[in-house]
Amino acid sequence: MSYHWNWGIFLEQVQAGEETYLDWILTGFGWTVAVALSAWVIAVLLGSVVGTLRTVPRQGLVFLATSYVELFRNVPLLVQLFLWFFVVPEFFPQDLSLWIKQDMPAKEFVTAVLCLGLFTSARVAEQVRAGIQSLPRGQHMAGLAIGLTLPQTYRYVILPMAFRIIIPPLTSEFMNIFKNSSVAFAIGVMELTFQARQMQEDSEQGIETYLAVTLLYFICAFIANRGMAYIEQRSRVPGFIASAK
Amino acid sequence: MSFFTQLDFSVLAPSLPFIWTGLKFTVTLTFIAMSGGIILGTLLALARLSALAPLAMAATWYINLMRSIPLLMVILWFFLIIPLITGYPMGAETSAIITFTAFEAAYYSEIMRAGIQSVPRGQVLAGQAIGMTYSQTMAHIILPQAFRNMLPVLLTQTIILFQDTSLVYAIGAKDLLKAAEIAGKNYNRPVEMYIFAALIYFAICFLLSRLVKQFQSRIAIIR
Repeated sequence: MSYHWNWGIFLEQVQAGEETYLDWILTGFGWTVAVALSAWVIAVLLGSVVGTLRTVPRQGLVFLATSYVELFRNVPLLVQLFLWFFVVPEFFPQDLSLWIKQDMPAKEFVTAVLCLGLFTSARVAEQVRAGIQSLPRGQHMAGLAIGLTLPQTYRYVILPMAFRIIIPPLTSEFMNIFKNSSVAFAIGVMELTFQARQMQEDSEQGIETYLAVTLLYFICAFIANRGMAYIEQRSRVPGFIASAK
Repeated sequence: MSFFTQLDFSVLAPSLPFIWTGLKFTVTLTFIAMSGGIILGTLLALARLSALAPLAMAATWYINLMRSIPLLMVILWFFLIIPLITGYPMGAETSAIITFTAFEAAYYSEIMRAGIQSVPRGQVLAGQAIGMTYSQTMAHIILPQAFRNMLPVLLTQTIILFQDTSLVYAIGAKDLLKAAEIAGKNYNRPVEMYIFAALIYFAICFLLSRLVKQFQSRIAIIR
């Protein structure tokens, strides 16, 4: 192997400009975190609503929610991203369509967040539904029996338990969203993968570049994991198996 | 809104052979990565559960490594970086096949591990009691049951794999998505082509997941 190692490359300036390669990588890290966290907010909010709707005693709502989940789960993420970026703007009235294509600020970022958020929301919805269905039926009935309305039963009895139960699978989804955010490079969001490709071409120090970027993805996954573990620990309900040490 | 009148799906017919070639690559890639991934994954699972500490540790490390970095990164590693180390450049298609096999092996191995662990311990002891060696017990008693128990999950993972193959876009391998994109450029109808590609993916994945569901309930009745 005749590879020329140069770890100092990160402090060197890029070919066209004042920045160092380290600046590129850090910018990329910032965008990755921004995309992942913003998308996560959408995913959890929408996913909770859709997942809950899949369990309510209204057939129409269940059907709608199920269709939503099936739609977003059965098309590859990258294809969805292209649909949002190239296809959806065409469906708007001409003026709006033109504005989106030409003048919308941070168009790539917004598209990536929306796409990743909706994609993940379908997965979160599945977890929420599984969590709700894993509760004993008696909980639901008990809620109704003491005079709570159906929404109140969900709000005060079912959902608080369901969310605690699904924290472990939600942790995986949260880690996945960082990994999945890497597809955003395909529409030009300047996140880590984008910067890695750019830096490799510019500096020709491929191994150092990809090692550094891979390490940063690692760190994201690790912090996401620890963060969720903290929430899991703080939200334990005394008396349940998960709370026994 | 005059958009729907502008949609022109007449370009689909002439581009079908092209899309078909792309779809064939996507399916081939899925099948090779599935077969290779399950075989490699089973070996990895056995290694992870093995009593040899270094072997178990190496397998665990490999699995955790693959599972914590984005697939896209792994694809780029294999395509751009491994050739730098070995000195042999690879075509995008070959690289994709190797990458997906190696990557999916980590995911399949976790499924197989769960499957192996779901077989009651008495089965292993029974195998040993009638004088079978470790490999005989595994091959004739444990793995067939593990595989059967996990078949629905393995198939679900394969559907995910099928969707993930679209990421070979990043290294320019000509799969279904890339073919649709090129056709869209050639006929200047990218919108129709992206919609068409999405429909194909949806139809295949939806159908497969329905089949897995039916299959699951059939297995459940037998057991």
